[in-house]
Amino acid sequence: MTFADPPAHDAEPYDVAVIGAGVVGCAVARELSIRGARAVLIEARNDVGDATSKANTAILHTGFDAKPGTLESRLVARGYTLLSEYAVRAGIPVEVPGALLIAWDQEQLDELPVLAARAEANGYHRTRPIGADELYAREPHLGPGALGALEVPDEGIICPWTTSLAFATEAVRHGAVLRLDSPVTAVTVGDNVTVVETATGPVATRIVINAAGLGSDLVHAMFGLDGFTITPRRGELIVFDKLARPLVSHVLLPVPTKMGKGVLVAPTVYGNVMLGPTSENLDDRTATGSSEDGLAFLQHHGRRIMPDLLAEEATTIYAGLRAASEHDDYQIGVYPQLRYACAGGIRSTGLTSSLAIAEYLAEAITDVLGLPLKPMAHPEADPHPPHMPNIGEATVRPYADAARIAANPEYGEIVCFCERTTLGEIRDAMRSDVPPRTVEGLRRRTRATMGRCQGFFCGATIRQLLDAPDPSTAAAPTTRHNEGAK
Amino acid sequence: MTSTGPVDTDVAIIGAGPAGLAAAIALRRAGVARVTVLEREAVAGGIPRHCHHAGYGIRDLHRFMTGPRYAQSYVARATAAGAQVLTSTMVTGWTADGGVHLTSPAGRRDLHASAVLLATGARERPRTARMVPGDRGAGVFTTGQLQQAAYLFGQSVGTRALVVGAEHVSYSAVMTLRHAGVDVIGMLTDRPHHHSYAAFALATRIALRVPLRTGTRVVEVQGRPRVTGVVVEDIATGHRRTIACDTVVFTGDWIPDHELARARGLTMDPGTRGPAVDAGAATDIDGLFATGNLCHPVETADVAALSGRAAGHSIARWLADRHRAGRQSGVPIEIDESFEWVHPQRASTLVDLPRNKIILRPRVFASAASIRVMQEDRCLWSGRVRHLVPTRPALIPTGWLARVDPAGKPVRIESALRTHD
Repeated sequence: MTFADPPAHDAEPYDVAVIGAGVVGCAVARELSIRGARAVLIEARNDVGDATSKANTAILHTGFDAKPGTLESRLVARGYTLLSEYAVRAGIPVEVPGALLIAWDQEQLDELPVLAARAEANGYHRTRPIGADELYAREPHLGPGALGALEVPDEGIICPWTTSLAFATEAVRHGAVLRLDSPVTAVTVGDNVTVVETATGPVATRIVINAAGLGSDLVHAMFGLDGFTITPRRGELIVFDKLARPLVSHVLLPVPTKMGKGVLVAPTVYGNVMLGPTSENLDDRTATGSSEDGLAFLQHHGRRIMPDLLAEEATTIYAGLRAASEHDDYQIGVYPQLRYACAGGIRSTGLTSSLAIAEYLAEAITDVLGLPLKPMAHPEADPHPPHMPNIGEATVRPYADAARIAANPEYGEIVCFCERTTLGEIRDAMRSDVPPRTVEGLRRRTRATMGRCQGFFCGATIRQLLDAPDPSTAAAPTTRHNEGAK
Repeated sequence: MTSTGPVDTDVAIIGAGPAGLAAAIALRRAGVARVTVLEREAVAGGIPRHCHHAGYGIRDLHRFMTGPRYAQSYVARATAAGAQVLTSTMVTGWTADGGVHLTSPAGRRDLHASAVLLATGARERPRTARMVPGDRGAGVFTTGQLQQAAYLFGQSVGTRALVVGAEHVSYSAVMTLRHAGVDVIGMLTDRPHHHSYAAFALATRIALRVPLRTGTRVVEVQGRPRVTGVVVEDIATGHRRTIACDTVVFTGDWIPDHELARARGLTMDPGTRGPAVDAGAATDIDGLFATGNLCHPVETADVAALSGRAAGHSIARWLADRHRAGRQSGVPIEIDESFEWVHPQRASTLVDLPRNKIILRPRVFASAASIRVMQEDRCLWSGRVRHLVPTRPALIPTGWLARVDPAGKPVRIESALRTHD
């Protein structure tokens, strides 16, 4: 692997073990390792961001509709600022098309001023009501019957995959150890050292941070604590073909009412259009399959919101599980006697708030758990600025970059036609600090095979590139700092 | 016009499958000096390259070949005829003045041509586009991916496979699975019969002992990280059962690769979902033509090649006299509910069509159909077509195109079906 082997049990304990390499865990590991902590990032699955974090609606939220006064409200607003800045710096695909909350009946129309007032209470001051005429002028493919909308001009869309990956990459570059395939089975809290038992062996650490998402209540219980229970909330989504992209200009949000939350239609940074999610509480923490009823529900709503969208081909259907707790707010707590902190019950807003959660926890660790951390480096002073491969449509991708192809013809060799992923990008991903282990992992790093043909043309080639040793690695060693560990 | 400024080539053909290569050969033989075929795959030849069983070349080359030999033959003949075939060269979009953007390892550049022929073919609808819910475990294929995995790379595929679909390509998938050492436990189709050749179906059922379940649809794929089973439903009774398998191949249900056609703003036909064309392969943009399985998804490779050859003739004529024949012409051809689509969709008087036939695609099985081609109350042609099968062509002659009133109302193809008893 390209990162160091996990140290033996009798090695010096880590300063911090972060359990869960979702977007929150990766953000925490990044923050702590940049600030000088010796961190280990423990993940049950075979990739970062592979559970809840990979399958959300990919919205960069302003937090306008959060419950005022909650920690979630505060951290989403702060996270929006931090992640917007970081995304530009790290090359994470992000766009700000703005959102329109669309009222389809009088009850929803009456709710718009309430939502505008809530936005004010959350410190967001740029909402604006718009009438049906302006709404249809701006979204001409909207289905008939909309009465008006509330505009939220700063709602964005972001690549959730690159976000987790950028955080993990930066953490690893700052010395954090990424330990995949390591579900946590038990925790023993000693006087100075906590031993985290995992499927790949024990990990000794001074401090544990629980960012285990769907498993966060189970890890919490391992510390003898209760207080929240995770109920997986399944959200199914349909992603439509890129040919549908011109139909939609904004994130089209439903107005939440007593009758339910409704579904949204949103462009994606890859140039697709997303319809969803459903919302269904489950018992099974692994039930990431889509369902007949869920798809029928989405098609029913989609036909109302944008009939033309349903005439386009679906590229992907998938389901994510949100780590919802019974509480209205994030379950973030610090337990000094246990040298333990928990970031549980983080729902879909966790993508936006991830950097703010990390900042908040780092402060708590310094103040409450007594681990001295360096101040966060100023961006320009960061010795290892991350720069993630661009897989978004808003900026030039390698296949369209004449200078890049001239410098390396592999960027002119398109392997995945639907997504225009080049051989150069696949090779880069394979050589990266946090390389993929599966086709799915490669897809999240390069978009290969995520397009309309779903591998009809390139599926076998991609598998070959993933399985076969990379001939160019041996022939032409690169100067990347950890290449030798491969 | 496709390009208003100076051109790099006379004809740019997008796609080096049977249709594109046959068009290139026809154009060169007609004396067109510069013919450039642009192929995004690393090897030219198109989908037949992946089909290692025999049965190619019957109608166009009057031979009986395997897919790869057939593909190689077309590439060799196109090259020998003097066409330039550029592989690993993908057209990623259109320039503002009607040229195309190219990406290849040789670089990023634009290409301008006097005429452009779209021959981008078709692909099978994958599981997701068919909205089949369930887990996203590995082991779900289209025939295209399966054949590349099995034949080009020798990758392991699975052990127990279910094939969804019962058209020609579905039987091709069965043979590929057999080749790869996979036990094919069954085929299923939501239609009442298979729709391939009777000999294929019989041989598969008897010799390979692959049962076919008709009137059955897939409602869920189960299992992760690997497929463990498929839930199927008897459409008539609603009865559901789970079939254990680790591989499921979604075959057929073809959709044209029409991204470039749509990006250019061509009028699309709602039936084929390809660009609407006249009987000379002309689209509604002057100098821009379309052919092959992009326009009739799908015919067998030899018919796609004949379609390309006909388009080549049409383009050569246009290049020779652009004022006479160029822009799409003719009144629309409309169909009744018995048919999914018709090719071509415009009744032009200049006719370059594969096998000199109009292709109709039946929606339902029928032993025969009486067909009338009407323009208002005038009957242009009437006759019988036998053995109508969904996904397969029903052909009618083209002589009546000469009798169409170009200033009149659309032509309508009407049918009376006699269904199976």
